[in-house]
Amino acid sequence: MAFSPTVTNAVLAQGLVKHFKDVKALDGLDLRVPQGTVLAVLGPNGAGKTTAVRILTTLLQPDSGHAEVAGVDVVADPATARSKIGVSGQYAAVDEYLTGFENLDMIGRLYHLGRKRSQQRARELLAQFSLDDAGDRMAKTYSGGMRRRLDLAGALVADPPVMFLDEPTTGLDPRSRTDMWATIQRLVAGGTSLLLTTQYLEEADLLADNIIVVDHGKVIAEGTADELKAQVGGERLEITVSEGSDLPRAAQLLAPLGSADLTVREERRSLLVPVTGGAAVLAAALRRLDDADIAVGDVGMRRPTLDDVFLSLTGHAAEEPPGDGETPKDDKQEVAAR
Amino acid sequence: MTVSNTLSDGLVVAKRNMIKIKRVPDILVFTTMSPIMFVLLFAYEFGGAIDQEGGGAGYREFLIAGIFAQTVVFGATFTGYGLAQDIEKGIIDRFRSLPMSPSAVLAGRTFSDVLYNVVTLVVMALTGLLVGWRIRTSVGEALLGFLLLLVFAYALSWVMAWVGMLVPSPEVVNNASFMVIFPLTFVANTFVPLETLPGPLKAFAEWNPVSAVTQAARELFGNIPAGAPAPETTSWALQHPALYTLLWAAAVLAIFVPVANAQYRRSISR
Repeated sequence: MAFSPTVTNAVLAQGLVKHFKDVKALDGLDLRVPQGTVLAVLGPNGAGKTTAVRILTTLLQPDSGHAEVAGVDVVADPATARSKIGVSGQYAAVDEYLTGFENLDMIGRLYHLGRKRSQQRARELLAQFSLDDAGDRMAKTYSGGMRRRLDLAGALVADPPVMFLDEPTTGLDPRSRTDMWATIQRLVAGGTSLLLTTQYLEEADLLADNIIVVDHGKVIAEGTADELKAQVGGERLEITVSEGSDLPRAAQLLAPLGSADLTVREERRSLLVPVTGGAAVLAAALRRLDDADIAVGDVGMRRPTLDDVFLSLTGHAAEEPPGDGETPKDDKQEVAAR
Repeated sequence: MTVSNTLSDGLVVAKRNMIKIKRVPDILVFTTMSPIMFVLLFAYEFGGAIDQEGGGAGYREFLIAGIFAQTVVFGATFTGYGLAQDIEKGIIDRFRSLPMSPSAVLAGRTFSDVLYNVVTLVVMALTGLLVGWRIRTSVGEALLGFLLLLVFAYALSWVMAWVGMLVPSPEVVNNASFMVIFPLTFVANTFVPLETLPGPLKAFAEWNPVSAVTQAARELFGNIPAGAPAPETTSWALQHPALYTLLWAAAVLAIFVPVANAQYRRSISR
């Protein structure tokens, strides 16, 4: 079995099904995290992401299907599976009445690292996550971002080969989110295999090697961020008209140029037109607006974002995207600036 | 998982629970405040009515063992509450995803609650001494009395641990358990002599384990006045209160240790 092909998969799930009473949370979910890579499981609230993570981390039993981490069957041998994984939850599962140090030390002891090694590891991780100053304070006094970092540090105590992060940045302010991303990027640069769930498209784009899009408990699309964007096809022409110009008229003029329906965003006075013709279409669009005396404030071509992907795959937008629903191309800086 | 893993993991969990009690002293303050309030209310409000010739002194001596029993019974809800709170906060998920002994979480929880009960019993004993309660036997017998109360409490902790994992939120633990705990502690010889109870209640009280542990504690503390008639009961339980308490605790542990551990291993889905 040591040379079985499954060993190269850090995580493998095949046909996972899970019901909660009448609700089908997972409906034959398949996923695979090749060793040393990052998989983002992307989907709206209630898509089944957390259920999948709970099954893979031995917290929940599937109704049917097969799941393994580091080649260990999580249903047949949960104890061994637990020694291979580090888990950081959707809400920070830190003990708020313990100090940061005590939290990490306790986890080390429960991984059976021994007293000395646990304490040493706790101090190392506190320093690594910029929590050394706060290490001897109760976690109750920590900010949301600090708690998440402590929780993530908890998942790393035993240097597990496979990591699960369930919505690591949900509920964080933009600044803490950017910090968290940097932390996760450093982590995976070290070769850790990671499965990450998120409802933030830009997060998947930024952190993951592969992405699966989950809706209603099954995978509806998979690939790299680029492959997914290619599935939607074409580019997006984005034009903002100046204050006082006729937006509906502009939409009327540009509609014939689009390869699909355009989107009007009243509040930012902008139009989003899916196009396939490149620069020629851009020039044509500007000419039409100019002829109609509509002043253009800003114009640009961009490749589709994962937001566009999600919309075209599911017919509905991903819930609670950061900001106002638009995913800027340069995610990190835009988010930090907001 | 070896037994030594369960023990060492259990101690890690117990230590964590004790740190929490130290950091949140309100828990201890409020759980000891209510029994202290009961001592004062009962001793001075009812004491005179029940024990007219003694001016309440005899009643106070009678009362304290009942208050001890009540304190540890109420303290058991703390086990369920703490566990339900840990589930709600995701701490149990963290524990369950670690390669630790699965039995250690409950073992640690119930063990730290014994230590917690020791602290509350010390506070209650001091309160008792203040209102005139005395140990009239030997130190050894008194310690046996306290030990019996702790064993009794330990068994109840396992019941409440099981309850704590079944309920949807920590608040429900208190509400649900009070419906059982109030009749259990009041329909007993804790605060009034059994003879005063009407027929069906008396029958229940005679076999109520709270009556037995109270009776056993009274005997071990020597709080039954010399020459007082033995409790007029045909109940085997009250004639052998210490033995009955131990048998009852053993039965409860035999049932609820496996049941609670099985519940812990089953997925606790939110």
